[in-house]
Amino acid sequence: MDAEAAKLLGAGLAAIGAGIAALGVGNVFSAFLEGALRNPGAADGQQGRLFIGFAAAELLGLLAFVIAMILVFVA
Amino acid sequence: MAESGKIDPMHQFAIEPLFGTDHWSLGGFNIAFTNSALYMVLAAVVLWIFVIGGMKRELVPGRWQMAVEYMTGFIKNLLIANIGDKGRKYIPYVFSLFMFILLANLLGLLPLGLIGMHPFTFTSHFTATGVLAIMSFSIVLIVGFWKHGFHFFSLFVPHGTPIAMVVPLFFIELVSFMVRPFSLGLRLFVAMTAGHVLLKVLAGFVINSANASPALGLTVGTASFILMIGISALEMLVAVIQAYVFALLTSVYLNDAENLH
Repeated sequence: MDAEAAKLLGAGLAAIGAGIAALGVGNVFSAFLEGALRNPGAADGQQGRLFIGFAAAELLGLLAFVIAMILVFVA
Repeated sequence: MAESGKIDPMHQFAIEPLFGTDHWSLGGFNIAFTNSALYMVLAAVVLWIFVIGGMKRELVPGRWQMAVEYMTGFIKNLLIANIGDKGRKYIPYVFSLFMFILLANLLGLLPLGLIGMHPFTFTSHFTATGVLAIMSFSIVLIVGFWKHGFHFFSLFVPHGTPIAMVVPLFFIELVSFMVRPFSLGLRLFVAMTAGHVLLKVLAGFVINSANASPALGLTVGTASFILMIGISALEMLVAVIQAYVFALLTSVYLNDAENLH
């Protein structure tokens, strides 16, 4: 396979990671809402943890984007 | 069919000297005043005006003072929730960090292209966000070693660890600790870069489809333009969330330094 084609294919494959991270972020918020609707009184106190979970899940999707950018523009 | 020009979505991140040339160097580094530096100065000046306007210390606060007090109160609550009462002394640092990043993200989203300027988001460069992350990480290290001395290393071995697990756990925790400045800076930089690239790619769709034929311009171009409006709203949300996440994670890391485990 041509090296340039392999790079672009790799960048495309990295986009799968972004999609899977979307599942993770959705999971974080769905679990938070599920808990928050059962006990709305405790919901506000957990917003910090919500965003820590969101940030951790989102970071992996962003790393997939970084890999795609490195493959397209740097490698 | 009209020739469609290739629209480079990465060109918006190019750093260009506004005045000064390559010959302005200090110790081998170019110190020309760039568009990145201009937007850093703008963010700092807007932050300065915002805070100065709210420092009248009236007993019955006006709107502006309420706005400033709301933001400082927000950061104060964040720090007290994460660190406890000892977190109060970090309010100035975390407030400046949060507002600086927030204003940088929002100033970069302003539609200044309509009047011929080129808005620039300096948080879309790892050099800028990396330095902010290193600042936070240095404060964590300095506070941790200042307050706890070499006892700070107990951060890497949680209480009740079985003896056999101490060595592997130490290295795992060490790696997860050392990776923090990278993940902190990388998150902000990639989130801003990705959003801006997406907007420019969609803008390219609008221009290229309208150039190709009126029918394509009406179908693809209109759909892309409506999507761009939605994505712009999402970008404003991302700008606020990323600034908040940066401040939140800084306060979580400061909690480790202040209270150990």
